Amino acid sequence: METYSLLREFADSWMLLFLFLFFMAIVFWVFRPGATKEYRDTANIPFRHEDKPATNEEART
Amino acid sequence: MVNYFKLIALGLITFFAMIAANYARDLAYMVHALLIAGVSFGLFIWVLRGVGTKVVHPQDEYMDDVIRFGVIATAFWGVVGFLAGVFIAFQLAFPVLNFDWAQGYANFGRLRPLHTSAVIFAFGGNALLATSFYVVQRTSAARLWGGNLAWFVFWGYQLFIVLAATGYLLGGTQSKEYAEPEWYVDLWLTVVWVAYLAVFLGTVIKRKEPHIYVANWFFLAFIVTVAMLHLVNNMTIPVSIFGSKSVIVWAGVQDAMVQWWYGHNAVGFFLTAGFLGMMYYFIPKQAERPVFSYKLSIIHFWALIFLYIWAGPHHLHYTALPDWASTLGMVFSIVLWMPSWGGMINGLMTLSGAWDKLRTDPVIRMMVISVGFYGMSTFEGPMMSIRAVNSLSHYTDWTIGHVHSGALGWNGMITFGALYFLVPVLWKRERLYSLQLVSWHFWLATIGIVLYAASMWVTGIMEGLMWREVDANGFLVNSFADTVAAKFPMYVVRGLGGVMFLAGSIIMCFNLWMTVRKAPAKEASLTVAVPAE
Repeated sequence: METYSLLREFADSWMLLFLFLFFMAIVFWVFRPGATKEYRDTANIPFRHEDKPATNEEART
Repeated sequence: MVNYFKLIALGLITFFAMIAANYARDLAYMVHALLIAGVSFGLFIWVLRGVGTKVVHPQDEYMDDVIRFGVIATAFWGVVGFLAGVFIAFQLAFPVLNFDWAQGYANFGRLRPLHTSAVIFAFGGNALLATSFYVVQRTSAARLWGGNLAWFVFWGYQLFIVLAATGYLLGGTQSKEYAEPEWYVDLWLTVVWVAYLAVFLGTVIKRKEPHIYVANWFFLAFIVTVAMLHLVNNMTIPVSIFGSKSVIVWAGVQDAMVQWWYGHNAVGFFLTAGFLGMMYYFIPKQAERPVFSYKLSIIHFWALIFLYIWAGPHHLHYTALPDWASTLGMVFSIVLWMPSWGGMINGLMTLSGAWDKLRTDPVIRMMVISVGFYGMSTFEGPMMSIRAVNSLSHYTDWTIGHVHSGALGWNGMITFGALYFLVPVLWKRERLYSLQLVSWHFWLATIGIVLYAASMWVTGIMEGLMWREVDANGFLVNSFADTVAAKFPMYVVRGLGGVMFLAGSIIMCFNLWMTVRKAPAKEASLTVAVPAE
């Protein structure tokens, strides 16, 4: 088979399936239990460390 | 030690650029070679004078001076780009403005890419540079990685803009829309872009926050995807090392497909993903409340990047492109409506519970209308990508109207909002000089866009209908010149809309200038502010 047809067949079968499943996995992952609490904290990142970087002591809390 | 290597490199670049100028085969190349020789010689002197001095990068402070330069460059290139746009709009209405004495340099064909690149890459690009550097530092709680590399990115990008702009005027172009710069300018941009990626990614990697804030995801997608698009669409082989002309490796319909894969993803990742990064930071900041739904923002991100990349073929309906490809592009464009509107809802609903701010704060009004325009143009776009609609809209001014409601409305307004937010923060002022002037800017820009978009709808649909009108015997009724004549009034209205938008941006520059000059300084920032016991 020539390269074009081979890639074409791969693209609209396995690759399509992979991309679709990858996307669905992300959607499910976003709604995993306990996510709400974590995302509430993440969503507040813009309101911290406005004027200067975090010091090493308070890092990764 | 590093300075010696820099001096050697700059000396060699100056030397070879002068040789290149001597052997240059065309004007654009010669001017560019002289420009590069001049710039690298200037840098040589500058580095030489600085040998021995040590630059410090205190890790407990944000690197804001490069962002201040970025803000100034954004405002400057914005006015330049809008001015070029207004001028070429009037060139279309009044062809006499294509002056005889400037033929071959300042006629519509030469100035049009100057306008598009000035607004997209100079205005939009500098806005993205400045805001991404600002946002990544604040949301990572870390100083920019790479020391002076951020300065290299900033000045390197300005050099790219100057090379691109002068190249267009002198005829150094590869005639690919939004990718006009010739091979050596492309190579330079690649170097700058890799440095940009390194600075951004380096800062994300050394972040002090456990999570990567969603705005950084969008900025990163923008940087990575633009790098990929740029490399694939600019696979050219120069005819001569001493000339600007180059030949693309793709041929025929493949070249067209690669070009519009690039072109549409330049819209999708440069003008959408990057600016969504701005939206996800500056709207919550200005509204003083976190984004409406962080979950939605993650789904928004993945859906957007998974879908946008396939939408390009809708630019090539009814061409030599295979049917399946153009159908694919059309379907993905329509599906794209969902994440776009998801993002719009997320931006707008961030204001829920704070809607009263719309009445009192013209800056948030600007951001909200920009998200509104985002929603509008991401509805219009999928509709225009449907093959049947496209048969009417393609090649008409409707497309131009659509692009401008997106570019002026969405990209322009969110950038203005970000600039109004950034200037008081970066120059440590308590507030903006005048909110009333922001209101003036808001209304001038909004009415300008409405005039622009409405006149282009009218003229675009009229033009499309005139082109397809046939008489009882099946002959076309209108010649091309008939449509041009019929469009004249709408062209004048469009030009006036542009004048209003330009006037608004000049008011903004004045307001920002006065903010730095006259607005009261923040007490805490004054070095002498020692409290008297």
